[in-house]
Amino acid sequence: MPDTFLDSTELVLNMGPQHPSTHGVLRVILKLDGEKVLGTDCVIGYLHRGVEKIAENRTYAQFNPYVDRMDYVAAISNGLGYCLAVEKLLNVEAPPRAQAVRVILTELNRIASHLVWLGTHALDIGAITPLFYCFREREEALKIFEQYCGARLTTHAFRIGGLQYETYDHFERDVAEFCKMFLPKVDEYEELLTNNRIWLGRLKGIGILTADECKEYGVTGPMLRAAGVKWDLRKAQPYSGYEKYDFEIPTRVNGDTYDRYIVRMQEMRQSVRIMEQAVEAIPAGPILGKVGKVLKPPVGEAYVSIEAPKGELGYYVVSDGTTQPYRVRVRPPSYINLQALDKMVRGALVADVVAVIGTLDIVLGEVDR
Amino acid sequence: MIGLLKKIFLVDLFQGLFVTFRNQNPKYICTEQYPAERPKIAERYRGAPRLNTNPENGETLCISCNLCAVACPENLIVVTSERNEKTKRKDLTMFTYDLSRCMFCGLCEDACPVDALELTQDFELASYTREGMIWDRQALEEGPRPTEYKC
Repeated sequence: MPDTFLDSTELVLNMGPQHPSTHGVLRVILKLDGEKVLGTDCVIGYLHRGVEKIAENRTYAQFNPYVDRMDYVAAISNGLGYCLAVEKLLNVEAPPRAQAVRVILTELNRIASHLVWLGTHALDIGAITPLFYCFREREEALKIFEQYCGARLTTHAFRIGGLQYETYDHFERDVAEFCKMFLPKVDEYEELLTNNRIWLGRLKGIGILTADECKEYGVTGPMLRAAGVKWDLRKAQPYSGYEKYDFEIPTRVNGDTYDRYIVRMQEMRQSVRIMEQAVEAIPAGPILGKVGKVLKPPVGEAYVSIEAPKGELGYYVVSDGTTQPYRVRVRPPSYINLQALDKMVRGALVADVVAVIGTLDIVLGEVDR
Repeated sequence: MIGLLKKIFLVDLFQGLFVTFRNQNPKYICTEQYPAERPKIAERYRGAPRLNTNPENGETLCISCNLCAVACPENLIVVTSERNEKTKRKDLTMFTYDLSRCMFCGLCEDACPVDALELTQDFELASYTREGMIWDRQALEEGPRPTEYKC
């Protein structure tokens, strides 16, 4: 008798879709042997709204607010990606002033997104304090969004061809103050976590993804950089005037959960650097490029990808010459990064699954679309 | 020795409490006593829609051009009008705005050529019925009337 009764300890456990640490409505079916994970199976689609199909029944301008609702913690990055794709189709470019404001808001949004990630990730691990600290600073960023475009989360801040809203009176001052205020706060988070014994114990060596594996899975963003690949679309294919700003691409070598944490913390500092440079020299001039009231791009297709907080966010737009896109395809970073979950947690413990889902920085609105 | 004295006099505890009490400074308190105290809303906030009227004679500014209805991604605005034989202009007869489907993107107010339709700073849009979310011309001109609370 090869398998005795006592050996058959395999257990199938459902995690989610209502589990708080799945960051939304992700259902992970875990195959366990005791505490050890033998395999995972992700069930997604609980938040599917058919955004890509909706795009086919909207004009180019009308679809713009919908992209905010995919990755809702980084709505501005989504808006930028979509606007750039349609601008490429139309063969127009946003004026320099619009580009500078776009960079500032996108970087501010990157910080806001990373703060949500840090707060919830730390909360999953069991550190409750960072969540309140992070949301305290995120509030300041959201206040700038609210002042600028009237909404805090689903902002609809950019329009195709530039911007709709001129900066408000104290925009530059507010952003500069935020930059000055924010850097010491990053040190404060690091003080709480970076050398914390529990934090190190829970994160070091967990969910390792090597550079080759990252490339194999198409994993991008901070996860790829934590594995040692110096790849950032802001440097590799500069868009919206990123080539003008001086910043570094933080990388680490181990590719574990701890390194991804360090990379994201460094990224927030670099974002502040970009914002400081951009806010000092916002060029004067128009904010909306030469686009007509009715957008009718010529027949063709365009793919534009940007470096969203979570990774490469791509928009592929096909035009058939009418006012509505023929097809819009989104390459969401969360969805592609989520594929690596199984690879990362196989052989780990159940508690590590929570840590790894946290480090993936997924937003289910974007995974399911 | 010093370590022992620190332990006896609970130095760490007081250091911690200092941080706690420092953060109790009234300038760090962000809680709003909401119904009594109105929150400060950004000037550009996109809230309840309003159909502006001419303050002098109370006539609507809307010229029934239907651009807002065309711009709306959710098709939730319905504008009907009839031709006025005397002035040869379109008179607005009905304007409905379905707030239950609105995502406050602001495309309608951007489209309006005469600044008649505007998204205002009013944010209290709750209703007991679904029909209550469909605003007609009168509701749009008057705006929401939230109950005022005092404490």
